[in-house]
Amino acid sequence: MNENRNVKIRVRHLSKVFGNQPKKALELRDKGLKRPEILEKTGQTLGLSDISFDVYEGELLVIMGLSGSGKSTLIRCLNRLIEPTEGEIVIDGENIPELGDKALLECRRRHFSMVFQNFALFPHRTVQQNAEFGLEIRGVDKAERNEIARNALKQVGLDGWEDAYPNQLSGGMQQRVGLARALANDSTVLLMDEAFSALDPLIRGDMQQELLELQHRMQKTTVFITHDLDEALTIGDRIVLLKDGEIVQIGTPEEILTRPADDYVRRFIEGVDRSRILTAESAMRKVRATVRDTDGPRTALRKMHEHAIDSIYVTRRDRSLVGLLEAEAAENLVKEGKETIAGALTQDYRTVGPDEPMHNLFAMFSEKSFPIAVVDEQQRLLGVVVKGAVLDELAQAAEEGGN
Amino acid sequence: MAIEIPRIPLGKWIEDGLNWLTSEYSMVTRGISRVTQTGIEWLNESLMWLPVWALLAIIAGLCWKLANLRLAIGAVAGLALIWNLGLWEPMIETLTLVVIATLVAVVIALPVGIAAALSERLYRAIMPVLDFMQTMPAFVYLIPAIPFFGIGSVSAIFATVIFSMPPAIRFTTLGIRQVPVELIEAADAYGATRGQKLFKVQLPLSLPTVMAGINQTIMLALSMVVIAAMIGADGLGSEVWRAIQRLRPGDGFEAGIAVVILAMLLDRLTQSLRKSRKS
Repeated sequence: MNENRNVKIRVRHLSKVFGNQPKKALELRDKGLKRPEILEKTGQTLGLSDISFDVYEGELLVIMGLSGSGKSTLIRCLNRLIEPTEGEIVIDGENIPELGDKALLECRRRHFSMVFQNFALFPHRTVQQNAEFGLEIRGVDKAERNEIARNALKQVGLDGWEDAYPNQLSGGMQQRVGLARALANDSTVLLMDEAFSALDPLIRGDMQQELLELQHRMQKTTVFITHDLDEALTIGDRIVLLKDGEIVQIGTPEEILTRPADDYVRRFIEGVDRSRILTAESAMRKVRATVRDTDGPRTALRKMHEHAIDSIYVTRRDRSLVGLLEAEAAENLVKEGKETIAGALTQDYRTVGPDEPMHNLFAMFSEKSFPIAVVDEQQRLLGVVVKGAVLDELAQAAEEGGN
Repeated sequence: MAIEIPRIPLGKWIEDGLNWLTSEYSMVTRGISRVTQTGIEWLNESLMWLPVWALLAIIAGLCWKLANLRLAIGAVAGLALIWNLGLWEPMIETLTLVVIATLVAVVIALPVGIAAALSERLYRAIMPVLDFMQTMPAFVYLIPAIPFFGIGSVSAIFATVIFSMPPAIRFTTLGIRQVPVELIEAADAYGATRGQKLFKVQLPLSLPTVMAGINQTIMLALSMVVIAAMIGADGLGSEVWRAIQRLRPGDGFEAGIAVVILAMLLDRLTQSLRKSRKS
């Protein structure tokens, strides 16, 4: 699905050497030497080596690796908080490593907002003033930036806290301020450097979900750094796996799980909680029976009897979902002599997209336990998930994981 | 066999240098002298023009507002004692010298401290100079001050500024260097210019430390202003000096206690200023 999308940032052959003889280190690299040998021979640390990847417009790209893999260096090369040694980073036609001082400032202001692992909030500024920082730097006038920042704070659920100082807030709330500061800036790319790693696990899960919602709503191109594969699989549209300054694999969470590029990746994913990435699609089954919205109540009842079910999904001609009809309601319609079922539909069911993670489905089964409808973007019914199928799928995954 | 090693005429070189400076830049020193003298007289006369009770009220109000009621009461009691001992006028003279010397020192120290924090090279160049300024016995500064500015209060200010400036520079540099790297990174990431970084992040965050430096400067200035009585500076120092010459320990201690009271008052006031900024 990514082939048709616009490339927002194009990274090609990016390398970074820490030390005073970068050329020497790169020459050795080109001869096939690896990081430890280069360090031993020249005293230079090869932080990143020949990194090439694209960030698509509107996607959430996770760069994932253990400490020392070069992920923090990589994200800092993007906005040149760290100077890359060689390579291209092209954003909207501009090659960032070649920019002069002024153009670089301009580029950082327009394109990049950054969220930091330890929040990096300014302790002498209020929450509101922190959120305004990027706009203030760009010279946006006071009334305007005040309003934009207020909205950003509202989006992250911090309205009412404008006048507090960062040290009065919990870690989770502080990072919301960090996020609001980034959102208020309305840059084209959001850079998140281990943004949730310092938070405790519960808050972290909440923040991940909120980020996903925000990202979905705003379609903001996001580059997210993490050392946590669970996190990467939960939030990433695509994942770039780094090891020792090199890319090991690039792919969607499913691709990485089902087709790990090498043993390194395979070992990595052994520890993953599989329920997180199994999706509604994998537990979904084809709908055995539906009725059209123009059908009468007798037709609907007959189909329910045929398939031994007590409720049935109602669709239009193009299979887009309009509602659910319960057997009881259909019987009432027949008694009243009504010709169509249109008036008796209930909306008391849940719909999800095919990519919805399985662990979210548990909470959705209401006590009535209607099957969950899986629909595509046009609300067309793809299939249904019933409670038992979710459990089966998880049990199976657990077995596979155990082997 | 004893080899005759000629004595290095270090003192003579310094003297020659100072003489050259005095004669070549007499216009400058005389100008500085006149401006400073005017400033001292003006501030002194203004403070003396105020009735004692009015000044007491102002200082008490200041203490109350910046610190607490206890400091206000203490300040009034201490100053009243000074007045009672007949040391009001010398106390005001000393206060004037301290205020002007501190102002000059801070005006020089802040930009120098900032520059040293931002430039590693300047930092390395300036630190030994500061060590020199601080460890040189304070009295020594009094000697060249006289050919530059003559006997009196201006020389006292000159020596005091040199002696009291280093902590303000050091603390300013330290304060700016202590700003966490991640905050600098955040400012950079949002595209802040060097100036924006300095005024919106580095300076505000280093303010408590800078204030601690200014507090030190004030304390050093007070001690130097007293010593400067030896080259004819007015104030509490000259009371002490007179007591030494006439061998009257009672007078000496009275003036000394007045210095202590003034020192404590200035110290508590500037410290509370620092704390109120911090919170």
